[in-house]
Amino acid sequence: MAECHPVGFQWVMEAKERGATVIHVDPRFTRTSALADLHVPLRAGSDIAFLGGIVNFILTHERYFADYLVEYTNASSVISEDYRDTEDLDGVFSGFDAENRRYSHETWSYEGMEPAAAAGEREDSHASGERTGSGGIELGEGEPRRDRSLEHPRCVFQLLRRHYARYTPEFVEQTCGTPRELFLRVAQALCDSSGPERTAAFVYAVGWTQHTVGVQYIRTASIIQLLLGNIGRPGGGILALRGHASIQGSTDIPTLYNLLPGYLPMPHSEHYGEFHQYVEMNSAPVGFWGHMEEYFVSLMKAYFGDAATADNQWCFDHLPRIDSDHSAYTFTKGMHEGTVRGFLVFGENPAVGSSNGRFHRLAMANLEWMVVRDLVEIETASFWYRSPEIESGELRTEEIATEVFLLPAAAHTEKNGSFTNTQRLLQWHHAAVEPPGDARSDLWFMFHLGRIIRERLDGSTEPRDRAILDLAWEYPTEGAIAEPSAEAVLREIGGVGPDGAPLNAYTELRADGSTRCGCWIYCGCYAGDVNRPARRTPRQLQSYVAREWGWAWPDDRRIIYNRASAAPNGEPWSERKRYVWWDAAQGRWTGYDKPDFVPTMAPDHTPEPGARAERALHGTDPFVMQSDGKGWLFVPAGLKDGPLPTHYEPAESIHENLLHPEHRSNPALQVIQHPLDPHNDAGGLARGREVFPYVATTYRLTEHHTAGGMSRFVGYLSELQPEFFCEVSPELAAERGLEHAGWATIVSARAVIEARVMVTERVPALRVQGRMTHTVGLPYHWGTNGLVTGDSANDLFHLALDPNVHIQEVKAATCDIRPGRRPRGPALLTLLEDYRRRAGIPVDGAQT
Amino acid sequence: MITAPPTLVSHALDIRSHDDDGRPRHMGFFTDTSLCIGCKACEVACKEWNHVPQDGLRWTGESYDNTGCLSAGSWRHVAFIEQRVDRDSGPQATGGLRWLMASDVCKHCAQAGCLDVCPTGALMRTEFGTVVVQEDVCNGCGYCIPACPFGVIDRREHDGRAWKCTLCYDRLRGDLEPACAQACPTKSIQFGQIDELRAIADERVRTLHGRGAADARLYGADPGDGVGGFGAFFLLLDEPEVYGLPPDPVVPTRNLRGMWGAAAAAALAMAAGVAAAALGTRRA
Repeated sequence: MAECHPVGFQWVMEAKERGATVIHVDPRFTRTSALADLHVPLRAGSDIAFLGGIVNFILTHERYFADYLVEYTNASSVISEDYRDTEDLDGVFSGFDAENRRYSHETWSYEGMEPAAAAGEREDSHASGERTGSGGIELGEGEPRRDRSLEHPRCVFQLLRRHYARYTPEFVEQTCGTPRELFLRVAQALCDSSGPERTAAFVYAVGWTQHTVGVQYIRTASIIQLLLGNIGRPGGGILALRGHASIQGSTDIPTLYNLLPGYLPMPHSEHYGEFHQYVEMNSAPVGFWGHMEEYFVSLMKAYFGDAATADNQWCFDHLPRIDSDHSAYTFTKGMHEGTVRGFLVFGENPAVGSSNGRFHRLAMANLEWMVVRDLVEIETASFWYRSPEIESGELRTEEIATEVFLLPAAAHTEKNGSFTNTQRLLQWHHAAVEPPGDARSDLWFMFHLGRIIRERLDGSTEPRDRAILDLAWEYPTEGAIAEPSAEAVLREIGGVGPDGAPLNAYTELRADGSTRCGCWIYCGCYAGDVNRPARRTPRQLQSYVAREWGWAWPDDRRIIYNRASAAPNGEPWSERKRYVWWDAAQGRWTGYDKPDFVPTMAPDHTPEPGARAERALHGTDPFVMQSDGKGWLFVPAGLKDGPLPTHYEPAESIHENLLHPEHRSNPALQVIQHPLDPHNDAGGLARGREVFPYVATTYRLTEHHTAGGMSRFVGYLSELQPEFFCEVSPELAAERGLEHAGWATIVSARAVIEARVMVTERVPALRVQGRMTHTVGLPYHWGTNGLVTGDSANDLFHLALDPNVHIQEVKAATCDIRPGRRPRGPALLTLLEDYRRRAGIPVDGAQT
Repeated sequence: MITAPPTLVSHALDIRSHDDDGRPRHMGFFTDTSLCIGCKACEVACKEWNHVPQDGLRWTGESYDNTGCLSAGSWRHVAFIEQRVDRDSGPQATGGLRWLMASDVCKHCAQAGCLDVCPTGALMRTEFGTVVVQEDVCNGCGYCIPACPFGVIDRREHDGRAWKCTLCYDRLRGDLEPACAQACPTKSIQFGQIDELRAIADERVRTLHGRGAADARLYGADPGDGVGGFGAFFLLLDEPEVYGLPPDPVVPTRNLRGMWGAAAAAALAMAAGVAAAALGTRRA
């Protein structure tokens, strides 16, 4: 966190000064470790084993927060008798279709609830359930059976016990390489810092997500936090640190193919024309997803204005449909196959930032056209005349037909807008200067592009043009460059009522077309015609919750699910951790924060028969977005790779899976099958381990920004980290003859790159399963352009993905490292082929 | 009153360079290296504000330090020191490794060698007690360079003049914090009145000692030291030498009077000797 979020790290330092214990678990000793109370090394890619070990510790030593656990989580829910655990089936859960490497989740359901038909799941590609994380998860009708004594053998609590029984400290040590006593110190400290009087928080970044089991990493942390009662309480939580300033914002108002704003699912082709089916399938009978229709209709009114009416199903037919996986790696494969012919790239640099850069650069060479909008000429824009493939002779400029348009973009300092951070906090930024020359904001580009297209189509009677012509595309523009007003867009996102006045909260949204709201979870951010994200009351002038600073979704709640900060009877768990509580005299929830609950629903409320949505919640159900109001230790529906996190090795690994030898890596992981993406498992573990014996992992440095577009072209930043280097332990340096400050060549099944060598004890060798495991640490910022250039670390990595979110596994793969610089020209490909031949990896499709 | 937000060490420092009557105050830095996270924001903010040119694209291999030292092109320099230490022997030490980070800067000595030897008056003591080179007066003679016991001041090759940290003299005149202190996210660099900073620093050392960091010490906070105390002093977690700092700096001009006196005495003695010899010869 100190490395990649130095500004946010000030609050960790503040907490530390006030007595918090800071623990850093990371394969490397980083700037964060330097300031932590404890650095705990572990092998990259083994975190579920580590976290599962903590779950085991909590259960074994009965350190869980019992009252919280029983009342607020699904620990007491009884699971279907058809359910089988990985412990029963040698590494897979029940419902596994081995041929298609995917699960059906019917057997994971709550007993007493009729599992709902999972229409989206019928598609046999990875597009199915492109609804993970969106809408209300369908659980079916009825009340789940519960056993509050937690003794029923099929209740979640007992299933958890069985599932994690083998995650002992010994197992952690053998799998993660973390010394047992160090692991136990972490488990102990975490438990000691939890309970009614104390809370503990997890902070993670892409070191957790960029794995074939990335979602399950975070799920394991969720289990720990729910067991310890650390969700919905001050000082608790699981905080996702983002790679860019508004990545949270770009999932809330998504740049993702499978989501509409506010986590509404993108309609699937199967629901074509059936608006009510779409709403029914994505609403939940219990909780605030019960109002999905209100959210959706208000969105359509924001999109299409007066054109959206009840008679035309609010223009539901105008929305595009998804029919399969259209995520980044899949559409890039489509470029190779000729199904994707054009490409708009905004603020991304896939030639450097995406896994297996060669796959991307060769794909772009197969496009008809490409538009790159960026601050500088990034590698993605110059692949056709300057790239590793041009250098090796694989690509020849005169043979590339792709027409590339490079358009200058405005930086955040040159435009108005908001950032949404990990706390769901919207903070406004004002333009400080005009963008230089022809540089324009993305808002300017999209607005005027839409305007020009609409002018071209004006008068068209073609049905296909209707959607574009029906758009409500009226935004005021300002200044000499006709910049659209970002505040007008925010106002539309925040929602307006029938009189055009901004709404106060999402509970005011209606399904009758009288309200318009661009993103229901942001509803109220412009309440009172005030740009609330722009509020900047200093913290000295308000309480520590700082409700006058910016605006947080949903409904300006600074801690989500904060009903859990009070005991079931509505009183604070402790005076020290008082936050939100029930005021019996007033008959309302009150507190330092806005209560994330129905304001007048008493703690002893039990729903009327037939009650729906939030009225169907109990007064003790803090998790108001969940269809049962509970925090989920066990996920009965919504995940593609199992209801409980299980340790699997990375897709490329040099180690056995001690738990499940039959299923070394995630059985449901997604692989983009392509000849340009060979994996080091083709020749078997022993052979692969011999040729590629080391763990490769990527990361960022404070001095640079992601794929380098914002730092490698800036002198003051480039001089701080002017060359691509790899970090290796003194032991590995000795083993391979690497010289400090010399050069090394790093080889994977996919690429050969070179880097300067930094020999340091900060990347420790770890003993895993009886063998010393060495890690090659690779900051991934460099490419062929800019003031400082170098090979791209991501070229080494592959296209095995997490099945839930399609993210690449660039945090753990296998490689070799050797002293000296890499070969130039065709000799580079010869070296790569030699490695593949030795590892038994098919070369040009032929097994050798 | 403009005050900085409460800091990590719970002090609300008064960052105004003038008192209520508009009189300048003695201002300086307290760089608390126990709070440094090595982000180098200080280096960059300094260069941005002061238009310091780039300092070269050299990868040194010296941990994460590619700046190397203070120079005409780098007025803040974050040192990175990787150490093997006893396991868990205090702050910044976990698992047997310690990675010290420290942002170095011109010390703005109370007795400044650079200022003493400057023949043109380009180097001056400001109303805030800081030491500044006036770039329009400096003639590039370079006398100041060997006069600095820390190797801070340096000449720029392309113009020959001497450059160093100004403690953002222009910002101080407008009651603004220096750029590096404002950019520092963890308040490792604190800016304020020297006396107030010294009091905070003493308390901080006591706190760290209480937490078991027995080696924590102040460097340059004592007005009785060889340079009369620093206007920019430090809290270090190890010996100064570990950070590349002289353990007992002395302003080279301190003995100037004595040296000139001795030289004069020697000259007189010599002259007397010559005269005596001449007289003696005559006699003979």
